[in-house]
Amino acid sequence: MPSVATARALLEVKHLKKSFGLGPLRQQVLGDCSFTLQPERLTVLIGPSGCGKSTLVNIVAGYEPPDAGEVTLLGEPVRGPSAKRLVVFQETALFPWMTTFQNVLYGPMVQRNRAVENIEAEAIALLEHVGLKDFRDKYPSQLSGGMQRRAELARAIINNPKLMMLDEPFRGLDAMTRELMQEYFLKLYESRKQSVFFVTSEIDEAIFLADQLLIMSNRPGEITKTINIDLPRPRTPDVLTSTEYLRYKDESLEVLHREAVKAFAEGSKAAADFLEAYAEQMQDG
Amino acid sequence: MAAAASVIQKRNGGFAPTLRRGTVSIVGILILWEIGRRFQFPFLSAVPAPTEVVRSLDKIITNGKFWNDWIASFTRVLSGFALAQLIGVPVGLLMAMNRTLRYLWFPPLEILRPIPPLAWVPTSIIFWPTTELSIIFVIFLGAFFTVVLNVLGGARAIDKRHIRAALSFGSKPRDIFWKIVLPATMPSIITGMAVGMGVTWEVVVAAEMIAGKSGLGYFTWASYVGGNYPQIIIGMVSIGIAGYFSSGAIRLIGKFATPWQRQI
Repeated sequence: MPSVATARALLEVKHLKKSFGLGPLRQQVLGDCSFTLQPERLTVLIGPSGCGKSTLVNIVAGYEPPDAGEVTLLGEPVRGPSAKRLVVFQETALFPWMTTFQNVLYGPMVQRNRAVENIEAEAIALLEHVGLKDFRDKYPSQLSGGMQRRAELARAIINNPKLMMLDEPFRGLDAMTRELMQEYFLKLYESRKQSVFFVTSEIDEAIFLADQLLIMSNRPGEITKTINIDLPRPRTPDVLTSTEYLRYKDESLEVLHREAVKAFAEGSKAAADFLEAYAEQMQDG
Repeated sequence: MAAAASVIQKRNGGFAPTLRRGTVSIVGILILWEIGRRFQFPFLSAVPAPTEVVRSLDKIITNGKFWNDWIASFTRVLSGFALAQLIGVPVGLLMAMNRTLRYLWFPPLEILRPIPPLAWVPTSIIFWPTTELSIIFVIFLGAFFTVVLNVLGGARAIDKRHIRAALSFGSKPRDIFWKIVLPATMPSIITGMAVGMGVTWEVVVAAEMIAGKSGLGYFTWASYVGGNYPQIIIGMVSIGIAGYFSSGAIRLIGKFATPWQRQI
């Protein structure tokens, strides 16, 4: 593993533990989860569904306190939500009662630390950048799924967060739109170099986007493997057929497979599906 | 998406067919009614024909007292309704946001709610110094519970992700309230207004029949007591029209207050 420890860590997650439920129903979701994010890198967290990825995001975002452990952003401990650690939610969380433009303006407007004209100028520029200039006065319900995600990205980016967290942002999109959004998101990232923490359960999406891949185990979730993805940037979908890419995919699938076998033994439906798909993939390969 | 939007626009913009069909159905009913009366349909003998009603209306319209009854009923309805909104919406929002208040207020509300507004009339007359105030109070009660429950339900059903997203953008509590909770609850507030408005007209008419000295309910009852049958019909239709315009006003308010909602 190449050493990146020389750079100052952006986010440090140390020995997080979290359980839900009471008495015999109590389930440990996170068990000793630790990792570090470097600034201006795109880190992707991948793990089987139900492994606690969203719980981890909720704790890093400050929505929920951990039972044990600590999260620090640039050395400062996390206590509650902040615009420095912005979350883009699964599917869409645009405010339905605001137009696209008002949604994008929302963050800077409530932070009240910039002049309104500047905010509006930046919002207009951003909307143009994400191809929604003509839709600025439409409500979210009038936008297509792909447009909603782009509006969502613009709404997050305008706040210039120290860390942008995306919790399965492209879930629920059809395969075609999803691929387009991934390319689109990559372009946006490569042009701005923001620090991004991207959560997904899709292996292709994960490797295609990531500088660094974190693989999470089944419940209780912890990071079982970190893989640095050294594929060249800017990346195009061609990379998906390269040998390096396939090597990364095999490597991560192996870890995910081990996890799925464990989950299967505990009777998880999702794991059974994964194993079936994995067997097919191995036959094809 | 664009195609669907344009279809919806056409349906909304196409006011003419709706108006035409509405007119046809109302005129049709009037004609059937007139014919039924002319041909001595059983059970219709006590009901005056539309032509008789119109003749009687001619006399009343020039009479200032009839219009005063309209004004009296409208004033009562609007006062009771406005009070129910002014008190009910904040109560509902407070109960939604504060668990202690919710636990404290919910049980008495749930016990008082099933009592029909008209059962309050005697107590109300004893309690309030004037009949006018007691009628307004009964109207207020009629709308109040509906308003509170709608607002409470709406505000409790807010998507948690919206609150979390707002917090993540650095919202202060007042932003959460004014920019998230209130607009998210607005559709339920409008529903509460629409249902509440319906209840207020039912209540005002009945209250005026029991205790009033004026108003459309009183007018209808007095016409019955005085044996003026065409006037009974005029009173009834007046109440219907008044209610129709009130609901129309609420729909209009709803359209402006929740522009993001597709109009049905």
